[in-house]
Amino acid sequence: MKELIKTVNLGHGYFGADGARVTALENINITVHTGEFVAIIGTNGSGKSTLAKHLNALLLPTSGQCLVNGQPTDKVEYLWQIRQTVGMVFQNPDNQLVAAVVEEDVAFGPENLGIEPREIVRRVKEALELVGMSDYRLYPPHRLSGGQKQRVAIAGMLAMRPKCLVLDEPTAMLDPIGRREVLDTVRNLNHQGMTIVYITHAMEEALNADRVIVLDQGILAFQGTPAEVFSQVDRLKDLGLDVPIAADIAWRLRGNGLAVPQSIITNEALAVVLCP
Amino acid sequence: MSIVFKDVSYVYMPGTPFKQTALKKINFEIKKGEFVGIIGHTGSGKSTLVQHMNGLLKPSLGVVSVEDIDINGKGDAARVAKRKVGMVFQYPEHQLFEETVYDDIAFGPRNIGLDAEEIERRVRKALDFVGLDFNMFSGRSPFQLSGGQMRRIAIAGVVALEPEYLILDEPSAGLDPRGRETILDEIFKLHNSTGVTVILVSHNMEEVARFVDRLIVMHSGEISLDGEPRDIFRHSRDKLVQAGVDVPSVCTLLAELRGRGLPVEDIALTPEEATATIMAAMRRRDRC
Repeated sequence: MKELIKTVNLGHGYFGADGARVTALENINITVHTGEFVAIIGTNGSGKSTLAKHLNALLLPTSGQCLVNGQPTDKVEYLWQIRQTVGMVFQNPDNQLVAAVVEEDVAFGPENLGIEPREIVRRVKEALELVGMSDYRLYPPHRLSGGQKQRVAIAGMLAMRPKCLVLDEPTAMLDPIGRREVLDTVRNLNHQGMTIVYITHAMEEALNADRVIVLDQGILAFQGTPAEVFSQVDRLKDLGLDVPIAADIAWRLRGNGLAVPQSIITNEALAVVLCP
Repeated sequence: MSIVFKDVSYVYMPGTPFKQTALKKINFEIKKGEFVGIIGHTGSGKSTLVQHMNGLLKPSLGVVSVEDIDINGKGDAARVAKRKVGMVFQYPEHQLFEETVYDDIAFGPRNIGLDAEEIERRVRKALDFVGLDFNMFSGRSPFQLSGGQMRRIAIAGVVALEPEYLILDEPSAGLDPRGRETILDEIFKLHNSTGVTVILVSHNMEEVARFVDRLIVMHSGEISLDGEPRDIFRHSRDKLVQAGVDVPSVCTLLAELRGRGLPVEDIALTPEEATATIMAAMRRRDRC
């Protein structure tokens, strides 16, 4: 698979208000391939949002490099291309919608790119279909639920035809129904080929990823498939993270002397092992 | 000694095309000293409900009383009654505004006219309750703190008013697992040590199930379930699903195991309890 995003010894530091130097990220080397679904997990303050903001040049590395399609994010001449390649969706749905009508909001991005009106209409229609919000195209955003607003925010990104979506805790402010809507939408987009970088601390949501990256205090702690990562229950708990419930129970059962394989991280798999 | 709702209805924007009935003839009582969870999906009326408890919203019909005083009545008695109820909003850290942590927490106590000595006592006590060191934090700007710390300062600001009833609207939303647990543990400790009545609004079933004695489930402006969490999870799963709230993930897992023929009991709410019941079921099955 093609490398879409690559960080090379990426570091990010800044001076805090008290004059002390704060290191938010140190020596991060990750690669995101085209079509991949990568989840990034870590506690508050682990640097995961800071890392996300490097992926489309909202922040620039203070050491090392971040490359999108081989183009370094700190070169101004690539900025527009990079921002169009990698779209960001943030946590708070209310902070991301700008227009008074859903379809105008989705059109905002492509309008700014100077795309001709007929093409914008086509893209808005397509983007709203992809997130399942076509019926709401004439609604004012404030009449939508949190999950619906997030899907409109995602549509706004899709209308710019990015190769990759970076979602920074897109479900943190949503209720269970909204969370499911957003997660289903993201999974669906990934199946259609969109590269996804998904930041979360809801471990259940990271189960869907191809790969999970664990950050701890600005450092890449470890990474692997969901099964490889979530079976390391002790390690994750030490970092202050949760594990999916099935992995947690499997770990406890092992502690009680039951032979449950390390690779069990879903309810279905645990049920199969316990009830052959 | 309680908060009582009598036939309370609330209509948003009455007389307009956007009219919406958010509460429909609600009747219930929260007794002093209870730890109550209120759960429901977005739009179920749970936030509207709690905003009636300290007079932020006035019922369109019906009466809300705190310790037998109608809080929407006139006069000092109603004002005093309202003050007994403290409210921590969703994302309370967005409401921090002072230059130092001390001033932010002291804002409420100053506003109700306490003297400097009493204010300092309360600020110290409130910081202690949320687990932050007075000397280390009181002089710092609240805006230099982490999200979890900011949240705790904001909660301390309400705790410093020493309310007899403390309402928290999604106090753990947006925090990581450890932050979530710390905040809830602190609230639980506060409840145990001072006897303050706590009303916890949440859509996270897991945390509600672990802490509360009583669970109220809201659904389209009505109370659809009210009882002990364990009872509700065991006997009213259909109603929970209907109300659009999740059962704790432990319950889902155990239901899956039972579905495949492992005779586990379905009363567990925590991973510890679930492990115990699975071990017991495995032993029972091995014996046959």
